[in-house]
Amino acid sequence: MSLVLRNIHKHYGSVRANDGVDLEIAPGELHGLLGENGAGKSTLMKVVSGFIAADSGSIEFDGAPLGVASPRVALEHGIGMLHQDPLVFRPFSVLDNFLLGSAGGVLVDRKGGRSSLAEMAARYGFDFDPDADARSLTVGERQQLEITRLLWRGARVLILDEPTTGISEPQRVKLFAVLRQLAAERLIVIFVSHKLEEVEALCHRVTVMSRGRVVGRRELPTPRHDLVRLMFGDITLGGARPEVTLGDPALSLRGVAARTRGAPLHADLTVRRGEVLGLAGLEGSGQRTFLRLCAGLDPVGSGTIVIGGHDLAGKPYRRFLDAGVHYIPAGRLEEGLIAGLSVAEHFELVGPNRSFMVDRGAADTLAAERIAEFSIKGEAATTAEALSGGNQQRLLMAMAPDHPVLLLMEHPTRGLDLGSAQWVWDRMLRSRAGGTAIVFASSDLEELQRYSDRIAVFYEGRIIAVIPASTATSSSLGLLIGGVVS
Amino acid sequence: MEVLAGVVAASAPLIYAVVGETITEKAGVVNLSLDGSIMLSAMVGFAAAATSGSVIVGFVAAIAVSMTIAGVVAFSGIALRLNQIAVGFVLFLLAKQLALFFGDPYIGRTGPQVAAWDLPLLSDIPVVGEVFFSHNLSVYGSFVAVIATGFFLARTRRGLEVRAVGERPEAAHARGIPVNRVRYAATLVGGAFVGMAGAAVSLDQIAGWRENLTVNLGWIALAFVIFGGWNPWRVALACLLYRGLLFVAGEFQVEFPEFVQVLTQLPFLLMILALTVLNTERFRVVARRFPRLRPFLAGEAPTALGTTFHPE
Amino acid sequence: MKRLRSAPLALAAALGAIVVILFAAGAPPLEAMRVIFEGAFGTTDRLGATLMAWTPLVLAAAGLLITFQAGLWNIGVEGQIAMGAIGAAWMARSVEGPSLVVVPLTLIGGAVFGAAWALIPAWLRTRFRVHEIFSGVALSFVAAAIAVYLIIGPWSRTGVASTSGTDIFDPRAWLPTIGSWRASPVGIGAAVAAVAAVLVLLRGSRFGLRIRAVGRNAESAHLLGIPTQRYLVAAFAMCGALAGIAGTVQATGFHHKLVPSISGGYGFLGVLVVLLAGFRALWIAPIALFFAAIQVGSTQLSLRLGIDSSLAGVIQGALVLVVLIVGGFQVYSAARGPVVTGEGEA
Repeated sequence: MSLVLRNIHKHYGSVRANDGVDLEIAPGELHGLLGENGAGKSTLMKVVSGFIAADSGSIEFDGAPLGVASPRVALEHGIGMLHQDPLVFRPFSVLDNFLLGSAGGVLVDRKGGRSSLAEMAARYGFDFDPDADARSLTVGERQQLEITRLLWRGARVLILDEPTTGISEPQRVKLFAVLRQLAAERLIVIFVSHKLEEVEALCHRVTVMSRGRVVGRRELPTPRHDLVRLMFGDITLGGARPEVTLGDPALSLRGVAARTRGAPLHADLTVRRGEVLGLAGLEGSGQRTFLRLCAGLDPVGSGTIVIGGHDLAGKPYRRFLDAGVHYIPAGRLEEGLIAGLSVAEHFELVGPNRSFMVDRGAADTLAAERIAEFSIKGEAATTAEALSGGNQQRLLMAMAPDHPVLLLMEHPTRGLDLGSAQWVWDRMLRSRAGGTAIVFASSDLEELQRYSDRIAVFYEGRIIAVIPASTATSSSLGLLIGGVVS
Repeated sequence: MEVLAGVVAASAPLIYAVVGETITEKAGVVNLSLDGSIMLSAMVGFAAAATSGSVIVGFVAAIAVSMTIAGVVAFSGIALRLNQIAVGFVLFLLAKQLALFFGDPYIGRTGPQVAAWDLPLLSDIPVVGEVFFSHNLSVYGSFVAVIATGFFLARTRRGLEVRAVGERPEAAHARGIPVNRVRYAATLVGGAFVGMAGAAVSLDQIAGWRENLTVNLGWIALAFVIFGGWNPWRVALACLLYRGLLFVAGEFQVEFPEFVQVLTQLPFLLMILALTVLNTERFRVVARRFPRLRPFLAGEAPTALGTTFHPE
Repeated sequence: MKRLRSAPLALAAALGAIVVILFAAGAPPLEAMRVIFEGAFGTTDRLGATLMAWTPLVLAAAGLLITFQAGLWNIGVEGQIAMGAIGAAWMARSVEGPSLVVVPLTLIGGAVFGAAWALIPAWLRTRFRVHEIFSGVALSFVAAAIAVYLIIGPWSRTGVASTSGTDIFDPRAWLPTIGSWRASPVGIGAAVAAVAAVLVLLRGSRFGLRIRAVGRNAESAHLLGIPTQRYLVAAFAMCGALAGIAGTVQATGFHHKLVPSISGGYGFLGVLVVLLAGFRALWIAPIALFFAAIQVGSTQLSLRLGIDSSLAGVIQGALVLVVLIVGGFQVYSAARGPVVTGEGEA
């Protein structure tokens, strides 16, 4: 009944999402899968549950090889996955969500389904209104519904991807109780998470992944710093950062909350000119919202955002731009550049020229200058989508004003090779020396520690700590990211 | 009573078309060629019936034509990942022109018609019998289409799957539903209904072929799918009301010819209203507060309408 | 580059399609093509008729290119043409004076009415997020209804109310012509100017660059500080104005009165032209000429070969469909990403 993965490879272009992963899990085991974003956990679990096909490698369950080609086949073999955003259909009733995809006759057997749902729910202590729309359920309830459904469909391996994101504390307690019950019933539970405490509290064994490989396996309990070291590696703190004297406040936030989220991100935070603030945290913990609020792109629910002496909260985006705020998003081609337009056209879009006609010659000259200055591998006529990731980032930075008051960057070096990453930081530090305040989000602890003056750690939509980078260690940061405030 | 019976009969083609497009859109595919499809199938249906002397042959031919068009929409949208709107629009114009071209020799010709057939027993029911059960198979078929589609989408497993595919294809895929196969099927079945609509015009309602026989029927249908909130029952009701209003308008044709002009455009104004109201914040608040009212106020478009899905 | 490679195959497929259609229609293909060509260009009169059709088609297509580049499906262009014709008719009926005064007023009236009508879907889209296809189709029918209402109501012919049209306008309101040639140099000039303006606008101006940026990626454009909604509205208004001028040409240059289906289908045909041109401004004029030639030339088909002239529409539609699908196949077989029509070089 054990699940055995051997030598799983999955590459996307040159990115090795899974690079020879082995994993073996015995029945009745609660197995934790730890790792940073991009470590390859999700890819591995999608391979196991049939959402993506591995390039090579084998999966065995219950002694039989498993040719998992689709989620349907996976579930027929008893492998079910609960996604972070549970795959329910919002306009459908709870009952229809429960029944959808199950075998049966021509008609939907709602009567039989109703009793099955009641029976399964009772067994695991859940409580559903079968006729309610799924849209009225909380994330936690949707999760319970999906778990119930997968078990009813005969899942003997249950994979949960970051299941505690966005659910309430009582729901988390209940979820853990159910998972323990399942393990006691000899099911395999794979718990994919970022949160150390939860893995420690719940799992019997843990596998740690990094950069597409398994970097360690441990029986739990094990010392926490041991896990942190496995996840983030040993970090040597570099002091390469030139000292600068901090200037006036560039950004002051007071009680700022997004309109879409109720609670404020943080009570009070000021970033001064020449300062670098790093944003750490599990992906989706609020860093992006924070950056977009500071950039004036997301509507503010409450609080003040003071930039350059003026409260800009609720003001149009244009005011933020005029105040010297510049935001460079992580989705370079999706939300930063425009596919189909050339490098020269990008410079024209943001350039100082306001004449009605675009002066092609001048535009090409300007582009050539910028291309040389920012060492972009491409030409004035190259379209944005034809550039490599690193060069797209260079283009985005080349489009920024020379000395913004506040530079906001989301994952500035994600997906870049070392040379490009180094170049990006040289450039940013030069802006900083010129008095620019920099706020950047990253999931790379080393980057955060090396370049930040202070690090703000996000957890579940809020900043739970702001610490000087000089006092941060990989383990203290790792713990904070995992939600452990000492 | 005669009036009501007339309204019921006159609604049949529109009901076929609206029901067909509802099925297609429920699965997440837009068939924008509707207006041309109806016209071409009306023409082909009439030509086939006139040539063969059989109404059934006419219906079959009409269905085959519009299924072919729906097939092109589905294939280029799903397999070739072309923009469904672009392909649908081009097909709309092409089908319309084909109808004009190949229909030319049939203009003014007479052909067979769907024979009247009072449903035994049912037609004897007072009032109801006269209004609903003293027509012909084409009209009865439109009742069946509404009832069957309503039942299919609400009660059957396949119907649930069609809605799932149009709502959240990746979740449907996760549950083992073959997303694109379901979409092909829904588009083709929807196309078949559209063919019925065409044939119902040229073999029953107007019986014959001339240019612009099916004036804007397809666009009206597309409008009513939205106005009816992608719900077959409401959609059919909207069709009946519309035909009723048109009848009333017809009564005033002589006295107030302008009035008729306004009324025939009503579906489009209603559609804009429906779309506008649907998108206002205030309406969303109302709909959230009274979820019971939501199905009656306005429907939601299938979330994945017009998108493509490809499993990795 | 990609397009160049695909061009010969698409062309061959399109030609094949035309031959198949002609065969199916019972016409010897070569003979039919010759008849169409002669029908369109054989005499100066026919050339005039072809240009007469080319004028509104090019105007509509040029306008549509702007909205397509802004990522909009302005299907409502038919209604904008009709409203333009109404605006022109209003001017022609209410202003008396020499040509030099009335004709510019009709053109302005048409442009203003067309633009105003286009602002409705723009407003619905930016304010209520109503898709422009649906609002556009709806408003087209409403515009057509308004035209009919005017024709049988307030503007009905003296004595009789019939749907055959209003009274003929005062000849001083007609687009001026030279000699017996029906095509007006003013109309042709307007069309040429429109194409040139759109070409310059989209390929050379900052405004056009921003329109293209908004059309390709509204989110990025917003991030770069472009007021995206304002550009969408502007695109609608410009297309509406050009469509309105097309309507004016139809009313004061062709029919010389307001008739019910005044748009002549040139709006929808314009969509086909832009699709076939692959959203490139340079190709608009020649492709529109080709379409106009087929349209006008095929009237000779019924006289000479006994084939209904509506074959023109079939050829035009089939051509675009074949080119779209062949393009789709090539991308498909090249295993590239999804194809999004509505993009492309200007």
